Order: sequence, then structure tokens, then C-alpha cells
Amino acid sequence: MEILERLAHTVLAALLAPLLLGVIARTKAAFAGRRGPPLVQPYRDLRRLLGKGAVYSTTTSWVFRAGPTVGLAAIVTALLFVPLGTLPAAFAFPGDLVAVAGLLGLARLFSGRAALDTGSSFEGMGASREAQIGALAEPALLLALAAAASAAARGGGDWSLSGILPALSGASWIAHGPTLAMVTFALLGVFLAENARVPVDDPATHLELTMVHEVMVLDHGGPDLAFILYGAALKLWVLGSVIVAITVPVRTGSAWVNAAVAAGGMVLVAVFVGIVESSMARLRLIRVPQFLVGAAVLAVVALALVLR
Amino acid sequence: MATRLTFTLRNGEAAPLGEVPLVAPGELREAVLRSVEAGSRLSAFFGAPAAKGVRLHAVLAQPEDGAFAILAADAGESFPSLTPACPEAHLFEREIAEQWGVRPEGHPWLKPVRFHRSYRSGTDAWGRAPGEPIEPGVTEFFRVEGPEVHEVAVGPVHAGVIEPGHFRFQCEGETVHHLEVSLGYQHRGVERALAGGPDKRTLHYVETLAGDTTVGHATAHAEVVEALGGSAAPARAQAVRAVALELERLANHAGDLGALAGDIGFQPTAAFCGRLRGDFLNLTALLCGSRFGRGLVRPGGAGFDLDEERAARGSERIQAALRDMAGAAGLLWSTSSVLARFENTGRVTREDCVRLGLVGVAARACGLERDARAEFPSGIYRVAQVPVSTWRTGDVFARAYVRWLEVQRSAAFVVEQIRALPGGLVRSGVGSLAPDSIALSLVEGWRGEICHVALTDSRGRFARYKVVDPSFHNWQGLAAAMRGQQISDFPLCNKSFNLSYCGQDL
Repeated sequence: MEILERLAHTVLAALLAPLLLGVIARTKAAFAGRRGPPLVQPYRDLRRLLGKGAVYSTTTSWVFRAGPTVGLAAIVTALLFVPLGTLPAAFAFPGDLVAVAGLLGLARLFSGRAALDTGSSFEGMGASREAQIGALAEPALLLALAAAASAAARGGGDWSLSGILPALSGASWIAHGPTLAMVTFALLGVFLAENARVPVDDPATHLELTMVHEVMVLDHGGPDLAFILYGAALKLWVLGSVIVAITVPVRTGSAWVNAAVAAGGMVLVAVFVGIVESSMARLRLIRVPQFLVGAAVLAVVALALVLR
Repeated sequence: MATRLTFTLRNGEAAPLGEVPLVAPGELREAVLRSVEAGSRLSAFFGAPAAKGVRLHAVLAQPEDGAFAILAADAGESFPSLTPACPEAHLFEREIAEQWGVRPEGHPWLKPVRFHRSYRSGTDAWGRAPGEPIEPGVTEFFRVEGPEVHEVAVGPVHAGVIEPGHFRFQCEGETVHHLEVSLGYQHRGVERALAGGPDKRTLHYVETLAGDTTVGHATAHAEVVEALGGSAAPARAQAVRAVALELERLANHAGDLGALAGDIGFQPTAAFCGRLRGDFLNLTALLCGSRFGRGLVRPGGAGFDLDEERAARGSERIQAALRDMAGAAGLLWSTSSVLARFENTGRVTREDCVRLGLVGVAARACGLERDARAEFPSGIYRVAQVPVSTWRTGDVFARAYVRWLEVQRSAAFVVEQIRALPGGLVRSGVGSLAPDSIALSLVEGWRGEICHVALTDSRGRFARYKVVDPSFHNWQGLAAAMRGQQISDFPLCNKSFNLSYCGQDL
């Protein structure tokens, strides 16, 4: 039973993550007055891509081919350390939140290297922008998690994600309301930046000069692209479940009920992304660092408040 | 030296070629420079075949008296370039060099425009051998040197389904120091094909000079033919043409506002305007059965009449579309994340705008009151005015906002014209064209002024048919707007100009 509980979130995330992309697409379509693609469209896309062959440019090396695989592997590994509701993660150790941030960084490093490996000026620009965004998003993420950990620790958690996140509850909001609110805003900023959504990036654009994430994967096709899309969906889930653990701290006696509520919260996060993308324009690229520094500053203030 | 700008034509007029003053190339240069300094603009500058080599023709639009001064000069093998003193002649002179194999001496950046062989066999301004292949885009590009400088080449194949064009950026990090636009991929040889006309193909060529400006180009052509044929279109036809011209403006402006929103990821206006563009196109279809106005404008009048029932229906639909448009466009001006992207992006100063000779929306967005409908009215615009819409700032916001102002004024104009449509026929006959004559027409299309100049031979056929699409004036404006900008803002700047590739490449 314990094994089942420990693997449950990983299996659930692996199955349901692409659904989040479908929810975002449907939300945007509803705002635009369209019906939109079916919710299961991302699954169909993945199946279609996996059935294709891959084409590799002769100017690329093993780095290009390793990019999607290492990226997906890193994100799956990160997923193993993330709990859902009070359902524990598959693995946990004190300080694993740093490992999660590092694994996300590893995925970014390899997708950037793969983009540079093509020698295309567009992909080089994309990699440079992604590196800049990542360098600013990572400290904001770590600081926000540290603030959340400190808030939870006063309620008796330990320094792993499985210790911190399930320990947050309604009582934590009463004790540390302002801290957790600021942590939430900081994490939302990181979430939108890390997942290449508006206002930081625009996943729907076809304009190669404005893209960040999309332009880096232009040369990937077939199963490699499927790995990238699936990895992106899992990343959405990983960071989303951290936000949900803080904002929807429903703590009933049953871990399964808590997990189901948290999964419902994930859908709300996807709807939130859809609403953001339907109601505002992208930031000018030069303003993105300010956006992320803002998130980091919120996290620092939150940390200062809780350590006061 | 006297300026000798003694010969003028009004918009949509013809005159015997012999009346055009023939001067030496140096005198033509002086006269044009002086006139441009006094506030005229170069609407067309082109070569035409003459008994001895190539004869240059300069058409200067003089807003102060609403007339066009025309001068001619025999070029010989070379002529003194105007460009160093008059940058708006830049592309015209490159075009002359490429088409006729004569060199503008002193031109600072003499490169081919469309990458084709000279019209006069055996001549080549660059001394290329007759068998040497000429490939579009294969040429020297301006380079910025430096340790941090990198070059970004975009196109001619793009990620979206758009026309082919090559853009060469000299960047330092994300900042663009220089952009060079290299086109010619869409060159079809339309101007050459039009010579010897008019024939059965002529109208089809004209309607597809730039497919999104069918009515604009067809109107300019019809006015040229009517001038040479010594007739005028009936008043009712002129009103129907103006309605179609404004509907074309409405459809394209609506589409552009939506596309501008799309480029910054602002979904509401993008989704709304995509639909509204279709509504306006369907209104043109209501008029003539074609969403792009094909077959509507004909020399001597219009191919279709507007009966009362359809007029009423059209008027209703346009007012409904305008109401929706007010909501969709209003979101752009009230959303701070949109304004943050539009304001101060891609700014062209008023001085640069004048020097580069920009036209249309791009010029009016710099505060210039350049609008052929007001300055050089022809057709129904002589009696029914559309107020000129301008904005001062010269940035993406200004180009977007001028479009919205024009949408409102064009819609009001169309409703008014439909309500008070003159009676009578919509088509009259056009006589045979006057031989050895010159005629010109300037029409304010949705993008800017469209200039058609026709020179006839002794049999009344086109010896030379010159087309100047507004894009030909404005591509240089896009390059100027990108100076010092972020390269990620290029698609937005590009869309704010929304220039035609095929209209420039002809």
C-alpha cells in the first residue's frame, strides 16, 4: 500500500499532464469565441509525433539528439520528488527542493545546447534568451520555496518537498498569510516564465524573431518533438503542483481525497494560464528580467517576513 | 538656373508627350532637388524607351497646388544621382539602373532591386556578362563590424505563410543597428507585360499587382485609361469605386489591427478583428461577388451596379461591423500591456519620414498630412471629402491608431455614399487612347498612394506603363524604424507597416 501511495502521484502526473495543455487551449478558445480543439488533442499529437521518423541535420552532433531525451529524463526525475496534496512523492530527502530546481536547470541546459548545436542564428537567440530567463527564474523559485519551507517548518515540516508542501494547511495561511500570498505570486511568475507562457513567451506565435522556447525546438521533429512536448506538459504539472499545494491546502484525513482536490486545483491553474493568455499582451522581451526580478523580490520579502 | 517646372498635370489628366519639358540630366536633378526642398515629393521617377537610349521621367507631387510637375531628360549611359541629396530617390534610381542599364553616378548604395536582366539587351549597370546567372538576394550586404556584432538573416522562407523577402539584421545582442531589406523574389515582370497594351490581359495584371489592393490599383489604372481615352466614368460609377476603395481600406485596417494584436500575443483583439476583416471583405463581395473586388473597377466605370436592396443591406452590415470594431479596437487602447508594447516601438521621426518620402499610414503616423484623397482628389473625392487622420508619435502605436481613425472615417464615408448614390449608368464607353501622350493617376489605397503613369506610342498603345506601389516608398521606412530597436520587436514593426512584397517586386 505504501509503495502504491508513493508511486501514485508519478503515475497520475504521467497520465494527466498533457490534459493541462488541452485545458489551456480550450480556455483560450472560449475567450476567443471559438470551440477549440478537443481536450485530448495533446495526446493525439503525441501519438502522431511518436509514429513519425526523425530527421537530423548533418551539421548537428550527439548533443542535438541528446537534448530532448535528457530534458525529458530530468523532468521525470524532478517529478519523482514532488508530492500532490498529502500524497507523498516517490522519493524524498532533506533539501530535495534544490535537486528539483537543479534538474529543471539541467533540462534547460540541454535544450539550450541542442539549440546551439544546430548553428542557426534564430536558435542561438532563443537559447540566449532562455538562458537569461532561466538564470533569473531559478533564484526566484529557490527563494520562494525557501520561504514556503520556513512557513511550513514552523508548523513542523522537514526540508524536503514531501515534508514542506503537505505540511502547509489552512492553519499556515492564518499564521503566515502575507508570506504565503507573496510566495504564491512569486511562484506564479516563475511558473509562467519556466513554462514559456504569456506574458514571458508566446507558445502560439509563428514569428521566429520573437520566440524563446518555440524557436529552440524548431529543428526537432518526430519522437524528439514528442519528448519535448511531453516534457513541457510534465514541467507544467511539476511547478503547478507546488502552487496548488500552497493555494489549495485541503487537508482531509484521506490522502486520496486530498490528491483528487489537488488534481482539481491543477485544472484551475491551467484555466488561470488560459485566462492570462486571453487578457494580456506579452511583455517586451527587454522587460522580462524585470518581471522575474520582481518575482524574486517578492520571494525575498516573504522569506524576510517569515524569518523575522 | 530656372527650375523650369512649367509643365503640370492634374490627377487623372492626360497631355501630349511633346509638352513635357526635356532638359539635361543635370538640370532635371537641380529642378527635382529644389522642388523636393520646397515641399514636393517624388511620386515616380522612371526610365522609358526613347529614340536614343533611355528617357528619364520625374513626377513630382506638389501638395500646395494639387498638381504634378513632370520633367524628362535623356539619360545617356549615366546621369548624376539625386540620392545623396534626396534620399527618397534611392530605390527609384536603383530601379532605373537595373531596368535600363544606365548608372546613376554617385549613388551611395547601387544594388539591384529585383534581380532581373536589363530591359535593353546588351546593357548592364553592373557590367555583368550576358550569360551570368542573376539570383535574387545574391549580393553584397551592409555589414557592421565589431566583436559583439552578429548578423541575423531572416527569410526568404519564413515560419509563417507570408510572402518571401530577405531581411539582414546587424545586431549587437538583442539591439538592431542596421536592417537591410532585400526583395525581388516575387518579381513577375508585370510592367514589361503591360507595355504594348491595353489588351485583354491588362486588367487582370492590374488587379493582381498587389492582391490585397485590387480596387486601389484597378482604380488608378481605370483613371489613366479614361484620361487617355478622353472620357470620364459616370458619377455613379465613381461613387461605387470609392465605396469599394474604402471597403478595401476597412478590411485591411481591421486585419492589420488584429494582426498587430496577434503579434504581441493579445488574443481578444486578434480573434475579433480576424472575423471583422472577413465581414468587410464580404461587403465587397456583396458589391461585386468577389471578396477582393476583382471585376468591379473597369475603365469607363464599374462592372457592377449597387441596387437599393443591397445598398440598404450593406449599410446595415457596415454599421454593425463598425460597432464590433469599436469594441475590439477599444481594447487595444485601454489595455496597458498592449500600450507598453506599441508606444515608443519602431519610431520614425518626422524628419526621416519626409526625407525618405514615406506615404500613406506610415507618413500620417508621423504627423504628415499626406493623403492623395485630400491633396490630389480624383473621382468622387473631388466632391466628397474624407478627413485626413494623423498622429504625431511615429511609432507602432501611431500607425495602429491612425488605422483605427481611418476605419471610423471610411465607414462613415461609405454609409454616406451608399445613402446618396448618384443616379444614372455605372459604365460608359472609353474611346481609343490618345497617341504619344502621358497620363497619370494617384489613388490613396489603404497602404498609401498608388501612382500609375502611362506613356503611349504613336498607335495609342502603352509604350511604358509605370506602377509605383506605396510599398516601394515605405520599405526604407521600416529599415529606419528598426534602428536601435530590439530584434524581437521586428515582427511588430513589420506588421505596423504591413508592406507588400509583390507590389514592390512587380
